[in-house]
Amino acid sequence: MHYIDHHAHMVSRTTDDYQQMALTGCVAVTEPAFWAGWDRSGADGFEDYFRQLTEFEPARAGQYRIQHYTWMAMNPKEADDRELSRAVLARIPKFLDRPTVIGIGEIGLNRITRNEITTYTEQVELALAHKQMILIHTPHLEDKLKGTRISVDVLNSFPTIERERVMVDHAEEHTLPLILDQGYWAGLTLYPNTKVSAARAVDMIERFGPERICVAGACDWGPSDAIAVPRFIFEMRRRRHSEDLIRRVVFDNPVQFLSQSPKFKIRPTLAREGALA
Amino acid sequence: MDSRSPLSPKDVVDEYFIENRTRLLEIAAFLDRLDRAEPGYSGRDFRTQAFIEALAAMSGGAGRLERIQLLLSDPTTEPLGALDRKSAFGAYDKSTKR
Repeated sequence: MHYIDHHAHMVSRTTDDYQQMALTGCVAVTEPAFWAGWDRSGADGFEDYFRQLTEFEPARAGQYRIQHYTWMAMNPKEADDRELSRAVLARIPKFLDRPTVIGIGEIGLNRITRNEITTYTEQVELALAHKQMILIHTPHLEDKLKGTRISVDVLNSFPTIERERVMVDHAEEHTLPLILDQGYWAGLTLYPNTKVSAARAVDMIERFGPERICVAGACDWGPSDAIAVPRFIFEMRRRRHSEDLIRRVVFDNPVQFLSQSPKFKIRPTLAREGALA
Repeated sequence: MDSRSPLSPKDVVDEYFIENRTRLLEIAAFLDRLDRAEPGYSGRDFRTQAFIEALAAMSGGAGRLERIQLLLSDPTTEPLGALDRKSAFGAYDKSTKR
């Protein structure tokens, strides 16, 4: 079955991972800008990273017939540094016209500091000023509920925001309803330890339905799985769900969300196996 | 589109019992390991205190998962004034000074 992984930090992965993803049906990934696991020394480091995301990574993915798209952002882990954040935000607009950049992300909160909220708010403003889609990172573990509530409150404070063009990612059972109830898309990220297992993701589809929910692996430099979405597909089959429902979650839904960017080439009206651009 | 599970209760047990039996034993082994390291330590570490509270919350019937998530979550609503660290611990330290 074809699938789209809307959240994959492929700069941290090997070409073997691209191959595994291609072999298991992945046809497109979107890669949010994120933390490298250590703090960069200045804005020049971000600029190199943004070039990697927009130049090198699409070519590497293309070798495996995977379409690669990206999101530009100052990530939440470094966003408390206001001076660095201002410098990075000033460099983002020149990347937004690049052919594979589909929005601003992943922006959001980490430890939920006042500085992080300011940087996050400025990036929402940046996205709206440039008519960009938005991908939101929500904090981990004990910080998730508080961080998701504040993140959504900030979004709701912008009366012109188009909620259907915003995905709030890393949702779990205690945050999913508050995201969906406000009209945003929700992402479930499948992680071995700190986020959601495939079984719990299927539970959430069963409890809340498939509307405005996508699943992703969020593979990165930590313990994570490049083929987490196929494991979700297998879990759905263990529960004896229909192939139509599975395809809805792993292909049709991400196409519906992502094709709101004119740069995303897989169209929703052709969202079936033989309809890839 | 109906997204409810087609599995019967017996199907759920047939499919998931063994792997969750394994998880149950892993939790028991973790707590025994901790006791071997130092009996009584679990009551002094906020993470294991929360863990043991979570185990008690398991016996309360449906809604277990959300109860445990709330039990492990930071209940405060105010942002931090300054960054204290990069990573989360997995449980909220109720002794934290705000």
